[in-house]
Amino acid sequence: MFRTALKSLLGRKVRLLMSTFAIVLGVAFVVGTLVFSDTLSRSFTALMASTVGDVVVRPAGSSGDTEPTARTVDASLVDRLEGVEGAARVDGNVTAFGVFVIDEDNKVVGGQGPPAIGGNWNDAPAGHDLEGLAIIGGRAPEKAGEVLLDSSTAGEAGYTIGEEVHLVSSGDQAVLRPTLVGIAGFPEGGSLNGATFAAFDTRTAQRLLLDGKDAFTDIWVTAEPGTSQGELADAVAQRLPDGVEAVTGDEAADEAASAIQEAVGFLTTFLLIFAGISLVVGGFLIVNTFSILVAQRSRELALLRALGASKRQVTRSVLVEAFVLGAIGSTIGLGLGILLAMGIRTLFGQFGLDLSGQSLIIGPRTVLAAYAVGIIVTMAAAWLPAHRTGRIAPIQAMRDDVAMPEASLHRRLVIGVAMILAGGGALAAGLMDAVPRPGWFVGGGILFILLGVAAASPVISHPFLAGAAWVYARMFGTVGRLAGQNSLRNPRRTTATSSALMIGLSLACTMAIVGASAKASVDETIEKNFVGDYVVSSLFGQPFSPQIARDMAKVDGVDHVWAQRFAITGSGPDGQGVAALDPAAFEQGLDLDMVAGDSADLRDGTVILDEEYADEEGLSVGDTYDVDLADGPRGLEVVGVYAENPILIFPAVTTPQTLIDAGYRDADNFLIVDTTGSSAVQADLEALVAELPIVTVKDQQEFAEEQRGPIDQLVLMIFALLGLALLIAVLGIVNTLALSIIERTREVGLLRAIGVSRPQLRRMVTLESVVIAVLGAVLGVVMGIGFGVALMHSLRDEGLEVIDVPVGQLVMFLVVSLVIGVLAALLPARRAARLDVLGAISTE
Amino acid sequence: MTTTGDRPVAARVRHLTKTYGSGDAMVRALDDVSLDLVEGEFTAIMGPSGSGKSTLMHCCAALDTATSGEVWIGDRELSGLKDKELTRLRRDEVGFVFQSFNLVPTLTAEENILLPQSIARRKPDREWYDSVIATVGIGDRLGHRPNQLSGGQQQRVAVARALAGRPRIVFADEPTGNLDSQSGAEVLDLLRRSAADHGQTIVMVTHDPVAASYTDRVVFLADGRIVDELRHPDRDKVLEVMARMSAPAEV
Ligand SMILES: Nc1ncnc2c1ncn2[C@@H]1O[C@H](COP(=O)(O)OP(=O)(O)OP(=O)(O)O)[C@@H](O)[C@H]1O
Ligand SMILES: [Mg+2]
Repeated sequence: MFRTALKSLLGRKVRLLMSTFAIVLGVAFVVGTLVFSDTLSRSFTALMASTVGDVVVRPAGSSGDTEPTARTVDASLVDRLEGVEGAARVDGNVTAFGVFVIDEDNKVVGGQGPPAIGGNWNDAPAGHDLEGLAIIGGRAPEKAGEVLLDSSTAGEAGYTIGEEVHLVSSGDQAVLRPTLVGIAGFPEGGSLNGATFAAFDTRTAQRLLLDGKDAFTDIWVTAEPGTSQGELADAVAQRLPDGVEAVTGDEAADEAASAIQEAVGFLTTFLLIFAGISLVVGGFLIVNTFSILVAQRSRELALLRALGASKRQVTRSVLVEAFVLGAIGSTIGLGLGILLAMGIRTLFGQFGLDLSGQSLIIGPRTVLAAYAVGIIVTMAAAWLPAHRTGRIAPIQAMRDDVAMPEASLHRRLVIGVAMILAGGGALAAGLMDAVPRPGWFVGGGILFILLGVAAASPVISHPFLAGAAWVYARMFGTVGRLAGQNSLRNPRRTTATSSALMIGLSLACTMAIVGASAKASVDETIEKNFVGDYVVSSLFGQPFSPQIARDMAKVDGVDHVWAQRFAITGSGPDGQGVAALDPAAFEQGLDLDMVAGDSADLRDGTVILDEEYADEEGLSVGDTYDVDLADGPRGLEVVGVYAENPILIFPAVTTPQTLIDAGYRDADNFLIVDTTGSSAVQADLEALVAELPIVTVKDQQEFAEEQRGPIDQLVLMIFALLGLALLIAVLGIVNTLALSIIERTREVGLLRAIGVSRPQLRRMVTLESVVIAVLGAVLGVVMGIGFGVALMHSLRDEGLEVIDVPVGQLVMFLVVSLVIGVLAALLPARRAARLDVLGAISTE
Repeated sequence: MTTTGDRPVAARVRHLTKTYGSGDAMVRALDDVSLDLVEGEFTAIMGPSGSGKSTLMHCCAALDTATSGEVWIGDRELSGLKDKELTRLRRDEVGFVFQSFNLVPTLTAEENILLPQSIARRKPDREWYDSVIATVGIGDRLGHRPNQLSGGQQQRVAVARALAGRPRIVFADEPTGNLDSQSGAEVLDLLRRSAADHGQTIVMVTHDPVAASYTDRVVFLADGRIVDELRHPDRDKVLEVMARMSAPAEV
């Protein structure tokens, strides 16, 4: 039986190749995601290992911070640690983010995402004597006005040794133009993953980045040979004052890496969800393909039965085919997935996350997942058709046309409706937050509803198909009638093919609605709450020098400049951040919509809160707001509660002095400029930040656009990923049509013999394809609107109050699906038209 | 119009040769065949299996192209016609009945019968259609799909379709090969009446001497050549020729 199965596989190469496509794509997506995320986390682990010493001495409680805080340890500690037993050397580090290298075209090098690191240069070896960055050209910076860059940054910006470098920092002195004296790189391979690094001598670094304090961000203690990290850390800990801790390098590297892995984990989950969607969509195609292949062979299978093969043997022979097919598909998918991972790596490189230094990691987990996913999905999808073959009666070998035994449509309807109800329940429960892990309930609910609709769709789509057949017959005459009848002759097949498209499109519609609604909500809040005339903000809210605010206040036509600064606070579960505003702003006319208390009461040591946040935390005026500031926990008195305002980035606002007292740097993040109304102001303001490409001036509209930007980007990215599911669905239509043309070869030959022309035949196939595509699109759009509106409804409380159904976009989806239908028919139609008339008629 | 003697010719074949393959494996399915098919005549083509009967019909019906030689349908020569013109020819000038699988399964009997005309977007001639239906005797089955009809009924529907467009010539390749003698006789009778009463030109391939006896003329093929011909055949005369053909060494 196994040999028979293999033989029949080989006899149907082309058809099978088409059906493996779905498996290949799904597996490729899974593999691409896993390989990329493994590579990403390996490269960060490697990078982190080179950014810690054997023992790291740092302010207590700063573990897991994703960026260095303004908290430092005193420089005198270095001398104090010199003599510790087992310590070979002690080096103080200054590290800060937000030191951008600007290239000759006034563009920020490195782009978005990876940090722009500034610090002091020292040649201390990283933990375990690992050679980290080392000078590969020139020398170390020795005095003010000298800088060292990492090699890829210098290369990208086009700076060579001896040239003047353009830097932008968030310190007092915003623009720096030091001379490049040295270039550092990884002699043993490795990379900064796209981060940029600019190093100064220690004194200069302290002056530029630590407001001149004689202090360090952390201290590395290097172990003598034979001393373990643990022993050294214990010895160092003996000599530390309160508020300073010593951790081993391994521990510190793990902490840093795991923080990044968490971020990467999100990405992985996100990509895997799409891999899952492709596989579900692909599963439909496999069910379809196998159903058709088995139907085509039903006579052969019946003959096998007549010759004495048992039901089990027949079923198993089909499953063996599925297994082999799954294995082949997985193998190709594995290869393609690795290519895909390279693609993702290049794509991320475009965004500044440069992983070219790390070769791709193809772990056993990835290979295992590829085969497990490919084979299990294929076999599960083939199980239904295989099971059905077992029920072919031997007598059918004698019949001319064989119909496959099929489960009754009635049963499908019942199962489908049950699934829709269960899915709807889960979705509702998830949306109402009535269950733990609501996200799973929402996702699972949507999946169940989609599968339920797919199951029931041969029944529920019948009116649509019958209507389409009627319209076709009216519009396209006989050819239309033939096409309409063809789509009705096997409603299971038609609707299964549509379902693949439906899934992709319904999710796309959901996203379109969520995206449009989110943007509309942003617009609305900005409209309601925008204060002042311009805002000045920077890339990723990077801090910039307070000098800018002072300069801007002097510009003609400017009434007031209200500076806002942010502080990232404690790393607790709710750790967000606190913003700060000079209370004088409230007297000058910065108008907040106060729900309780008075913004004028804001003093050092007090805070005003966002309404929703205050509700969440159960705080009201007079209560104490507990927050972990840089120098430790602090209780701030709540003096007011304001309605949501997009200008205030964090939900708690205190005074700048409160933050400075707590050890944060004196730098602004966001300015609100209030003018007398003269229109030349924007140009003047922009002139002030011309040298700071990270800082931009925007009016209300530009600000709104910028706020919408990330939503657009996210929606676009999700569309791109869903595009893959759509691609699979389109291939599914091609595949189903092609297979059903093969199945109907004799009929096509007959039509040609009695005078149907090639164009008529092509039109017939195209019309069939369009019915399938439009059915999928209609179902998809209807369900998408349902999901989207339900989702947005449940987000009402989160401040997303506007539900916007982008009708234009949805109509476009329908039109696109029509085009998809036409395009998908191209090849099968050509094939049908090309069939040799005589050959087709005499086909068995 | 081309004529022989006093009767016009519906189709004619001149020096028709058809080969398959090349070199040692070359098969001469038709070898310099020339034949006139006179209007209104019911012709049978007989011969041993593999003698080239189907090939001859396919070439005549514009379903296949010859290797050399000419095929005329009416006053049009087929070689050199493009697919579009061949399609139109098949649709308008030729009717075809195959041994089996003649009907489009998604269409009713009536729709199948009218298919060539509706594809051409031509209005059927109602009177002629009614008389064809009456002759074929399937008036009560017109709304049925092929899978609801018996084999004999399906073949009669196929004949009705071939006749409905009033083509210049109808080809039938073993139309009764799959039928029992009763159903076969019905179909043959239908063909004979079409020729006799309506002047329809019909060419039929058959192995059955009884079927051949329904026709006006029998052409015998062997190894791709015409080897004999009978006018006004009856079963015994046909059997006689067949016997002679199967024992050529004795002649
Ligand atoms: N497509 C083809 N390729 C190669 N040889 C062919 C092809 N079609 C027919 N032949 C050969 O041509 C010859 C004539 O075939 P044809 O089908 O015309 O025979 P026939 O008289 O109709 O036979 P039967 O009574 O069995 O139907 C045979 O020898 C056959 O093997
Ligand atoms: Mg034949």
